[in-house]
Amino acid sequence: MSIKYTEDHEWIKVDGDTGTVGISPYAATQLGDVVFVELPEIGREMDKGDEAAVVESVKAASEVYAPVGGEVIAVNEALEDAPETVNASADGDGWFLKIKISDASELESLMDEAAYKTYCDGL
Amino acid sequence: MSDDTTTELKQTALHATHVALGAKMVPFAGYDMPVQYPLGVKGEHLHTREKAGLFDVSHMGQVFLMSDDKDFATVAKALEKLVPADIQSLKPGQQRYSQFLNEDGGILDDLMISRLAMKGYEHALYLVVNAGCKEADYKHLKKHMPKGVNVMIKDDTLSLIALQGPRAAAILGCFAPEVEDLIFMTHTDLELKGTLAEPVWAHVSRSGYTGEDGYEISAKHEDMVRLVEELLKYDDVEPIGLGARDSLRLEAGLCLYGHDIDTTVSPIEAGLIWSVQKHRRDAKAGYLGAKRVAADLADKTTKRLVGIKPDGKAPAREHTEIQDMDGNVIGEITSGGFGPTVEGPIAMGYVTRKFVKAGTPVQLIVRGKARPATVVRLPFSPHNYFRGHSS
Repeated sequence: MSIKYTEDHEWIKVDGDTGTVGISPYAATQLGDVVFVELPEIGREMDKGDEAAVVESVKAASEVYAPVGGEVIAVNEALEDAPETVNASADGDGWFLKIKISDASELESLMDEAAYKTYCDGL
Repeated sequence: MSDDTTTELKQTALHATHVALGAKMVPFAGYDMPVQYPLGVKGEHLHTREKAGLFDVSHMGQVFLMSDDKDFATVAKALEKLVPADIQSLKPGQQRYSQFLNEDGGILDDLMISRLAMKGYEHALYLVVNAGCKEADYKHLKKHMPKGVNVMIKDDTLSLIALQGPRAAAILGCFAPEVEDLIFMTHTDLELKGTLAEPVWAHVSRSGYTGEDGYEISAKHEDMVRLVEELLKYDDVEPIGLGARDSLRLEAGLCLYGHDIDTTVSPIEAGLIWSVQKHRRDAKAGYLGAKRVAADLADKTTKRLVGIKPDGKAPAREHTEIQDMDGNVIGEITSGGFGPTVEGPIAMGYVTRKFVKAGTPVQLIVRGKARPATVVRLPFSPHNYFRGHSS
């Protein structure tokens, strides 16, 4: 399983043609306390860069974009009752959605873990 | 990110303190201000409700009005031309909340007005105005104050902090026990000592904008740096940023200028009738905008500011459209977010008159989806003002 990152701080863990999407611990820290996550409907087709979810902190709403295109096949319903999981485990239990990746070549434009770390250090 | 004007931003005397405390700084009303500290907005909010929060509000404007004849009536009558509050009846040490209105009765700014209690200065008024409006307020005051009434702006010499929360009285009482007996909306000038190496001369009022018991403290810049350093030594005191200041005042149902109130609304529409004393409600009361205030009172206005509680968990932010249950637009959210004490989304907004009653169901259009909500009574979190010791 490989993990890739976008410049907007989404991550995608790839397992075969399924990608699990969330936001990085860096992004979760920047947002502060997450109080609500709006998740997409299962079955929705998304293009790379489409708004996939919305994460709300006490102060503001921030969009989460699809790292690659595909069909939403699952959402993390546990976040409805426990949005704070995003802060506690951004790269684990705080995942947002799973997609069936439509074009694996789109993954190539994303950063690997080392490149993302360098990217964050430069911010 | 707003990185365009960073170099031109003004700094308060406590700027270095904020940076040393690890604050995230943001541009706000022309100042580089702390929006949050490492504790985070939610943590800071809850800490203030449970213990004591320390806020730097030095960006706000501090002004004194004094008259050459040293007669309070001269100053009070002059200010009563600009605000709907009753100023002439203020006793030394009393404070009142009011608004500067324009000719049409729209709100130019909201402010706190205190009559000084210090010997020789009982004729003077001390005003605290919003940072974003202060330059316009100063012009407004200078334009309308008659000859013999002097407008003395003190932003360059005085800092202002707020200490808010249930532990505020006990903690400030360590510096001067007298402050524990002040009641809500009164103030005094005194020396704060306690563990301070040198005493600090301060203007202390029992007020604030969080809904909690607490104080606003004005002192000279260099003294304030020392006082804040000392206050932060208390385990129960945490520095609080603008983020939590906003969620606290929203839970307390208090209006924020530029959001819930501005030049398009009158104090009556904004639900601030309590701040217009009875004999000032006449069209002939003699202040700018008095006609509109009286007319709004008689007509009961077409729209009113109300509290709105989204039924679900999704916060509804400023500018969210409010609809009735048939899908007709009836208003707009002016402040909205998440209330950490309430543990859910909260909002304020204007709705047409028919829908102001608490319990009225409405819909909020959040990201294109209609979400159920209910009109509620303000505040969302009960006020804990200190109104005196019960006997």
